[in-house]
Amino acid sequence: MIEKTVAEIAVALNAGDISSVELTQTYLDRITQFNGELNAYITVCADSALRQAKTADEKRAKGSNSPLLGVPLAHKDIFCTNGVTTTCGSRMLHNFVAPYDATVVEKFNDAGAVMLGKTNMDEFAMGSSNETSFFGPVKNPWDTKRVPGGSSGGSAVAVAADLCAMATGTDTGGSIRQPAAFCGITGFKPSYGRVSRWGMIAFASSLDQAGPLCKTAEDAALMTNVMAGLDKKDSTSIDKPVEDYTASLSNSLNGLKIGVPKQHFAEGLTAGVEQTIREALKEYENLGATITEIDLPNNHLSVSAYYVIAPAEASANLSRYDGVRYGYRCEDPADLEDMYKRTRSEGFGEEVKRRIMVGTYALSAGFYDAYYRKAQKIRRLIKNDFIDAFDEVDVIIGPTSPHTAFEIGTKTDPVTMYLEDIYTIAVNLAGLPGISIPAGMADGLPVGMHIVGSDFAEAKVLNVAHQFQQQTDWHQHKPTAFGKEN
Amino acid sequence: MEWETVIGLEVHVQLSTESKLFSSAPTQFGAEPNTQANIYDLALPGVLPVLNRDALKHAVKFGLAINASISNTSIFDRKNYFYPDLPKGYQISQLDFPTVGKGSLTITLEDGEEKIIGVTRAHMEEDAGKSLHEDFHGMSGIDLNRAGTPLLEIVSEPDLRSAREAVTYLKKLHSIIRYLDISDAIMAQGSMRCDANVSIRPMGETELGTRTEIKNINSFRFVEKAINYEVQRQQDIIQDGGRIVQETRLYDAHRDETRTMRSKEVANDYRYFPEPDLLPIVIDQAFVNSIRATLPELPDAKKTRFAKEFGLNDYDASVLTNNRDMADYFECVAKSSGDAKLAANWVAGELQALLKKNNWEIKESPIQADRLATLIARIKDNTISGKIAKTVFEAMIKDSSNVDDIIEAKGLKQITDIGEIAKLVNEIIANNPEQVEQFREGKEQVLSYLVGQAMKLSRGKANPAQVNQILREKLK
Amino acid sequence: MALDKSEVEKIAHLARLHISRTEAEGVMSRITDILALIDQMQTVNTDDIEPLAHPLDALQRLRADEVTEVIHYDDLQSLAPEARDGLYLVPKVIE
Repeated sequence: MIEKTVAEIAVALNAGDISSVELTQTYLDRITQFNGELNAYITVCADSALRQAKTADEKRAKGSNSPLLGVPLAHKDIFCTNGVTTTCGSRMLHNFVAPYDATVVEKFNDAGAVMLGKTNMDEFAMGSSNETSFFGPVKNPWDTKRVPGGSSGGSAVAVAADLCAMATGTDTGGSIRQPAAFCGITGFKPSYGRVSRWGMIAFASSLDQAGPLCKTAEDAALMTNVMAGLDKKDSTSIDKPVEDYTASLSNSLNGLKIGVPKQHFAEGLTAGVEQTIREALKEYENLGATITEIDLPNNHLSVSAYYVIAPAEASANLSRYDGVRYGYRCEDPADLEDMYKRTRSEGFGEEVKRRIMVGTYALSAGFYDAYYRKAQKIRRLIKNDFIDAFDEVDVIIGPTSPHTAFEIGTKTDPVTMYLEDIYTIAVNLAGLPGISIPAGMADGLPVGMHIVGSDFAEAKVLNVAHQFQQQTDWHQHKPTAFGKEN
Repeated sequence: MEWETVIGLEVHVQLSTESKLFSSAPTQFGAEPNTQANIYDLALPGVLPVLNRDALKHAVKFGLAINASISNTSIFDRKNYFYPDLPKGYQISQLDFPTVGKGSLTITLEDGEEKIIGVTRAHMEEDAGKSLHEDFHGMSGIDLNRAGTPLLEIVSEPDLRSAREAVTYLKKLHSIIRYLDISDAIMAQGSMRCDANVSIRPMGETELGTRTEIKNINSFRFVEKAINYEVQRQQDIIQDGGRIVQETRLYDAHRDETRTMRSKEVANDYRYFPEPDLLPIVIDQAFVNSIRATLPELPDAKKTRFAKEFGLNDYDASVLTNNRDMADYFECVAKSSGDAKLAANWVAGELQALLKKNNWEIKESPIQADRLATLIARIKDNTISGKIAKTVFEAMIKDSSNVDDIIEAKGLKQITDIGEIAKLVNEIIANNPEQVEQFREGKEQVLSYLVGQAMKLSRGKANPAQVNQILREKLK
Repeated sequence: MALDKSEVEKIAHLARLHISRTEAEGVMSRITDILALIDQMQTVNTDDIEPLAHPLDALQRLRADEVTEVIHYDDLQSLAPEARDGLYLVPKVIE
């Protein structure tokens, strides 16, 4: 049962093959068994999960059959959960019990999903390997010496190792898609504005977007159906009707125009990944799609622009962590300045402090035009590249990451780590929907394929991903050590 | 050397709204600490701002009132600095694209000259909380009730040339804001606050001198005192060969002096950038028009109309239109009583004095406009004399019954019966043979003495004109 | 662009971060590396390009001026490291 997709679980629950309580207990047992090794969860909510499962079973007995009712879920620890510790992977919030629910959390609660717990993540979502968490690194179930990717590493691992049926994540520069690629699962970032950010702890406000991590594009569609929609509490949430994303999954891809950016098959891409993606593209040709090479001439500047905009926004977003109203405060501050400085220096980890410094510098007097304003202009160029590309093609496909999961502790230099997101970052700058799905294996590790759509083309992206998964079984490959049901 | 003072004011006005600028928490003044701060105001992780429509309307309304340009697109920015009363570590404000652009207002100087004062801009921003400096076990206490209250910061051009002018401008601004009913604008409660940028330069010089910014001025009177102190301080420094340091200074009302603000010693670098949690605010013509339609008649227009319609002199028209409630009150009295001149005298005179003595707002006056109008009508129809009217007015303060009943009950009705007055006159002639004689010998002045005696005898109730007339007839 | 020590100190102060003498060197060199990455932007001429602040081409919504909630201030204050008599306490603020 634990290997089933959300769609399959819903069928099983409806058929009475299993109850939500049984299923929840199974996942809780697996968490107990494997979390010590994988470190995917920061907080496990066993009691409340079983209560929610019981309620879901009762509702189903009364005839309710909404698709996510009773399906066990994990939330990235970036979402505020009422009455549950919400750490954002940081010492700063290690003791913070959120007094309210994020809109995403509320929506899954309303849908009857069962929250198993809160997943580990890079501190304040700043990282691409899940090594910056105050709660320690998360291990990749395909090879526990390797990273799961980041920042939604805990969620990716929880899905990959069947420690939940589905999980939420957030993606600021690739934080859903890259860990999905490294862990061999499906990870979807909807368009900016499609999912409410209320209650989602901010890293970079103009880039952050929540989305699902799960086993298939179909599951992603089911989850996006719940997550998406206007939220008046978020001024950047778009007032645009939500489609039923499952409705168009089966659409034929005959005549689909796929653009392949030449910049994504250039220097730095490892041979194994390139070969896997080229093979995958042939599947699309078999489905009737045409492939054309496209040019994203400013893509190479995306990392540079991102590392101005994201740290700048973050430097302000993280100013609220001052030890006054909640969270960590240093011991015995000598005076106000000392309280601020020691609280923040002790409460934040190295990477977070580094980005605050970079962001502060980029915004400081005399540098604003050269850095922040320049980055916003580059952002426009990058967005324009995509607009031009989507005049010619329906979707853009390439690798999610230049390589497969790397070993823990091997990328110590921040700049090398930042270049991890070279294929994903531009999509955040432009606010587009993008998905990573398993496309094959290289050296025994999963390879992710990145499918990008135009503004609010969620349905198209999911359709294109789903059709691939109808032709291939890469999404069913499991890491052997954790994949089997006991 | 002769010096010229150059002053610009930055006035913060708390906009009257039920809820805060970006959150749905209440904005009541004087609540228990931290009971009006919700998760947004406390800057909990994950919270987001949504703009209050009425706050925006108030800002636009102000802009229209000072004939300012209303920005088609305004943008909020983050102003970054750390302070315990600033929960997010940044204030959401407007830097390059404020909602209200250039405008102006006209002030009347002491010599009656009119002067136009430029308003550079008015931008919207959130208020901060309060740090309470009383000792809490060696610590400061933070109250965030005020955090997030909508503010309009109105920045003037450096067009003011004396402390007196600054106060006149500030009072005019206050008057307009109260007319618009967009803020309580009570300086003592902090719903209107004023920072003054002050510099001096040799008379005739066109370059501006180095300025200092004075904060913490919380009454009209202190604005004048603080600026005067600062001007003198700057003159003393320069005349002693020193240089003015650009800095923020705090006005200390107890000592009547300004002093350097220590917390602002390090030059701040606010690192403004566009607030990514908010989108551009586009104000279309329809929105502007809908607000324009709600604009009341403003003090200048009302003053002109009062002068014309009621034949008031400049001074009376000014006094009666400073305050919208006062103007409405006056207009009601003038129209119902049918005598604008008497109405002006009474409202600007007796009534003002009464309010001032008791520290009452016009709305708290125990003598409502319709009652004062009746009183004036009774003077006009000779029911009572002007002098008796003052007695009635006194009685009306404590007695809320209708004016005619008060006059009746106290027996204050004027005696206009000729027979009765003739009787009075006869008595006076009989009792004052000496004066009667003098009058008959041609000493005109004596008549007023005799009238006075008759009035006294009638306890003020006799109609003095009639007494005068009958006396003359009888003494012929 | 390379950072010098005084700039690192200035930025750390603006950000209210404490950077010890022993850390300063490492912080400086890493930030300098990051700035080198960022400076690739300078290779492109963007004179005529309008900055893009936000990926969404949308306008700000307005909220009705209503108080719509009950504030459980005791619960909120229980989150604070130090609070008494309804106030959040901090080391003395000097004006």
